[in-house]
Amino acid sequence: MPTVSVRRELLFQALGRSYTDEEFDELCFEFGLELDDVTSEKDIISKEKGEGKAEGASDTVLYKIDVPANRYDLLCLEGLVRGLQVFKERINLPRYEKIIPAKGEGQKLIITEETAKVRPHAVAAVLRNITFTKERYDSFIDLQEKLHQNICRRRALVAIGTHDLDTIAGPFTFTAKAPSEIKFKPLNQSQEYTAPQMMDLYRTDSHLRHYLHLIENKPLYPVIYDSNGVVLSMPPIINGDHSKINLNTRNVFVECTGTDMTKAKIVLDTIVTMFSEYCEKPFTVEAVEVVLPNGKTHIYPELAYRKEKVKPEHINKKLGISETPSSLAKLLTRMCLKSHVTGNGNNIEIEIPPTRADIIHACDIVEDAAIAYGYNNIQMTIPKTYTIANQLPLNKLTELLRLDLAAAGFTEALTFALCSQEDIADKLGTDISTTKAVRIANPKTAEFQVARTTLLPGLLKTIAANRKMPLPLKLFEISDIVVKDPSKDVGARNYRHLCAVYYNKSPGFEIIHGLLDRVMQLLEVPPSEENGYVIKATEGSAFFPGRCAEIFAKGQSVGKLGVLHPDVITKFELTMPCSALEINIEPFL
Amino acid sequence: MSPSVAELLLQRLEREPPGPGGGLCSLEAAAALGLDHQTLVGAVKSLQALGEVIEAEARAATRWELSEEGAEVLRAGSPEVRLFRSLPPEGLPQSDAMKLPGAQVGFSKAMANKWLRLDKAAPGGPRIFRAVEAVQDAVQDGLRRVQEGDAAGLPERERNELKRRKLLLEVGAPTFPPPPQNDPITPPCRGSWRQLPFKPYNFSALGLPPACGHLHPLLKVRSQLRQIFLEMGFTEMPTDNFVESSFWNFDALFQPQQHPARDQHDTFFLQGPPPRYKYEWKVEEARKNLLRTHTTSASARALYHLACQEKFTPVKYFSIDRVFRNESLDATHLAEFHQVEGVVADRGLTLGHLMGTLREFFTKLGITKLRFKPAYNPYTEPSMEVFSYHEGLKKWVEVGNSGVFRPELLLPMGLPENVSVIAWGLSLER
Repeated sequence: MPTVSVRRELLFQALGRSYTDEEFDELCFEFGLELDDVTSEKDIISKEKGEGKAEGASDTVLYKIDVPANRYDLLCLEGLVRGLQVFKERINLPRYEKIIPAKGEGQKLIITEETAKVRPHAVAAVLRNITFTKERYDSFIDLQEKLHQNICRRRALVAIGTHDLDTIAGPFTFTAKAPSEIKFKPLNQSQEYTAPQMMDLYRTDSHLRHYLHLIENKPLYPVIYDSNGVVLSMPPIINGDHSKINLNTRNVFVECTGTDMTKAKIVLDTIVTMFSEYCEKPFTVEAVEVVLPNGKTHIYPELAYRKEKVKPEHINKKLGISETPSSLAKLLTRMCLKSHVTGNGNNIEIEIPPTRADIIHACDIVEDAAIAYGYNNIQMTIPKTYTIANQLPLNKLTELLRLDLAAAGFTEALTFALCSQEDIADKLGTDISTTKAVRIANPKTAEFQVARTTLLPGLLKTIAANRKMPLPLKLFEISDIVVKDPSKDVGARNYRHLCAVYYNKSPGFEIIHGLLDRVMQLLEVPPSEENGYVIKATEGSAFFPGRCAEIFAKGQSVGKLGVLHPDVITKFELTMPCSALEINIEPFL
Repeated sequence: MSPSVAELLLQRLEREPPGPGGGLCSLEAAAALGLDHQTLVGAVKSLQALGEVIEAEARAATRWELSEEGAEVLRAGSPEVRLFRSLPPEGLPQSDAMKLPGAQVGFSKAMANKWLRLDKAAPGGPRIFRAVEAVQDAVQDGLRRVQEGDAAGLPERERNELKRRKLLLEVGAPTFPPPPQNDPITPPCRGSWRQLPFKPYNFSALGLPPACGHLHPLLKVRSQLRQIFLEMGFTEMPTDNFVESSFWNFDALFQPQQHPARDQHDTFFLQGPPPRYKYEWKVEEARKNLLRTHTTSASARALYHLACQEKFTPVKYFSIDRVFRNESLDATHLAEFHQVEGVVADRGLTLGHLMGTLREFFTKLGITKLRFKPAYNPYTEPSMEVFSYHEGLKKWVEVGNSGVFRPELLLPMGLPENVSVIAWGLSLER
C-alpha cells in the first residue's frame, strides 16, 4: 500500500480547516485511507540514523497516510485534498480541460521506429504558465517518484521526464541509439558523459542503480532530443541537466515513455490533472501531438471522460440499501464520479473522470456509492441461505487423531513446512535427488530451500530447541508434506502425515511401537496380515540397523517406525536416543 | 504453615553466625525459636520449594540423654562407689557384702578399678576389704556433665562406656529431613492406622502434575474456528495443495500480472515441478508454479467446481490452512502462516449480508465491537477491512479483510450473472 507524507499544516491550510489527529484519523477511515503515523522529519531521522543526526531537522508535523494501491489520484497532497473536499461537498469537482494549440503552434514529439526494440511508447503534454512554490515543487517531484514506484513498477512500465520547456525547442524526437552515440550532461552533473560512462557512474548510485538493468543489455538505448540536438533525457535512467525544472520554471514539458501504453497514458493524465491546478488557467493542459513511427498522430493527454450507466436498483441490491436514484447520484458525485439521474429515474448516468483509472466495471461504481453512503451505515443482515455443513473427511480424521494422540500423553508440535535441503536429505542420510522434493527457486534464506517431504526433521528440531525440558519428550504432529506428482495439474501434491517421536535415555522402540498399535486400534485396523496391519523389518538410512520396520496396511506401505540412527541424532544436535514413527493417514479415510 | 515461621527462620539465618560446618542446625534453631522441630522442617521445605532461597541438607545429629538408671546414678552415685562407701574399714564377708546397695552391679567394676581386695582364705569364708583410701565417682561426674548439656565435652571413650552401661541413651534426632513417615492409611485398611501417627499434609503446596499430552495452542484455536464455521453451516473446502499455479493464485483472481504481489521478493516460486497445465491459457506467466500466497486460490478452485455443476446451488465454504510469503523471519514476520477464509455464494447477496455474516462470525469469537473500513483488494469490489476495538490497546485494530468477489473473477468461471460471492479472510496467528 503506498504511503504519502504530507505536512499537517499545509494539509489543513488546503482543506480550509484544522482537525485533531483523532478527527483526521476518523475522516481517513471513512474515506478508505489510513492515518498510518503522525511524525516529523526529526523523528524519522532520529529513528533511522540515531538521535545525533536528527539535529537541525524540521520539527514540522507530518502525516503519513496509507492510500489504496489502485487510487493514483491520491498519491499527492493536491489529489488527497481534492478528493476529501469533494467527498465532504466543500468544493465542486473540477473539470480538466485540454487546450489544443492552433495548427503549427503546439509542441510535437516524434517517435522513431528504433524505439520498438527497447521502449516503444511515449506520450507527452505541456503545463503552461505554472506557478511553483517550494512546497508545490517538492510535491510535484514526489508524485513522480510515487508513480514510478507504484503503477510504473519501478520505471519498468513507464518512466516520467519533466522539463523546462523554455530551455528547449520542439519538435522533439524520441529515438533509440547505440549507447556510445549518446552523450550529454546528466542531471546535477558538471560534465558530459557517454551512455556507457553514465551506466558506470550510476552503478554505485543508491537510487539509480536499480533502474540500469531495464536497458543495460539492450543494443540501443532510448533517448529524447529537441530540434537543436539537446538531450532531454535518456529514459528510464536520467534526464539532461540542460532542461531541468526549478522553482522559476513557467512551462513544463512532461513526457512519459514506456512499455505499457495504457499505463503511460494513466501516468500522464495523473500528473497533469493533479498539477494543472497551479496553471494560470487552472485545470487546463496544453496538448502535444505525438507522431508514431507509422506516421499516424495522436493528441495527448487524452483526459478522457467516460460515461457509464448504472441502474439505481442495481446499486441498492448490491449494497443492501434503499436510496432514491437522486441521492445515489449525489453519493457518487461526492466520490468524484459526477452523476445524474436519467430516464424517469431508471438510470444513473455517471461520468468517470481521467483521474479515476481504477473504475473499470459497474462494481467499482457500486463500491464508491458504498463508501460515500458510509459502510457503517449499512444495515447488517444475515443471508437466508440454508446450507448443511460438512467437514472435509481428511481434516475430520486429523482432528480425531490429534485428540487421541494427546490423550496418549504425546504433545503436539507445529513446525514449518519449508526447510533446508539438508534437513530432509543429508541429515537423514539420503540424497536430495531421491526425495521427490519440491524446490524453491528464490529462497531468501537457506531455511526456505524446499518444502518438507517428511515431518520428522521438524520434530527433531523442536526437541533440539527444547533440550531443557524434562525427559522423556514425546512429540507428535499431523500435517501436510509435499512431493512431486506429475499426475497433478501443478505437478506436486500434499500428503497428510502423522509423525511421533520419543526422546529419552533409552530409545523406547516399544513405546513408539505401542503408539502405532494404539493409532491402528483407533483407526479400527486389526493387527493381522489380512485386512489389517503388519510391520516388517526393513532398512532405512535414518534408522539404526535392525531397529527399523515398515508398516503395511490397506494393501500398501504406509510408513516406517524405528530407532533413529545415532548419526541422525547427532546431526540434529541431539544427545539422547530417539525412536520415531511416521505414517501417511490418507489410506485410512 | 504459618508464614511467620519461614520469616523467623530467614531472620535467624541472617543474624546467626554459622554453626560448626556452616549453616544453622534445625534442632538448635527450633529450640531457640521455641518451635516444634517438625514445624521448622515444614518451613524449610516450603522455602526450598520457592527455588533459590535457602539451601538445606540432612545431617545426622544425636542427642545424649540419661537413662532411668543413669538418673539414679546421678542422684546417688555409681554402684561401685556406693559399694565402696558402704563397706566398713574391717571389711565384710563376701556373702554379706553382696547384699549392700549397688553390690550386684558395682562389685566387678570396683574390683576392676582395684578399689577392693578379696581375701579368699579369710576365716569364715571369703572377705572383702577396701584396697584404697578414697575413690572419685567419675561415672557420676560424667553423667552430670551430660545433664548439664556438655555431652560433646565428654571424651568419646568415656561416653561410649556410659552408653554401654546403659546409663546414657543416644537419641537419634535427625535435623533435616525428618525420617520418612508412611501415611498410616495404607492398604489393607484394617485398623493399624488407629495406632500410627499421622504425617501432616502441606495443603498450601501444589500437587503432582498429571502426566499428560498437549495440543498445540494455535491448532486449538484452529479447532475453535472450524467449529464456528460448522455451527454457521459452512462446509470445509479442500486445501491440500501448498503448490499452486500462478493461474489459480493470481490470474483467476483477477490479479494483474504486473501486480507487486507477483514479484519474486514476495512470492516463493518453484524450480520444479514442471507445470502440466490443462487450460487454454497461453501466457507463460500464468504457468509459473509457486507456493500459494493465500487460500483464496483454493476458494477460486472451489468456486470453479461449483460453476461446473449443472445447476447452481447456494453454498457456504470455509478453509483454514497454511500460506507462504517470501519474508525473512523476525519477531513480526513469518514466511508461513495460517489463513482462515469464509465464502458464501448465492443469488442476491449484498454488502449488508457480508457485514451481517461477519458480525455473527466475530460474535462467536467473542468480538462484538466491529466497524468496517473501505479497502482495496484486486479480487473484491466492494472491499472492506474489519476493525475491532481492542480494550487493551485502547484503539481499533484490523481483524480481517473481506469483500464481494469481482464479476471479472466469477463470470469467466461460468457462474450465473445474478450470483454474488461474499468472502472474508483473517490470519489464525494474529
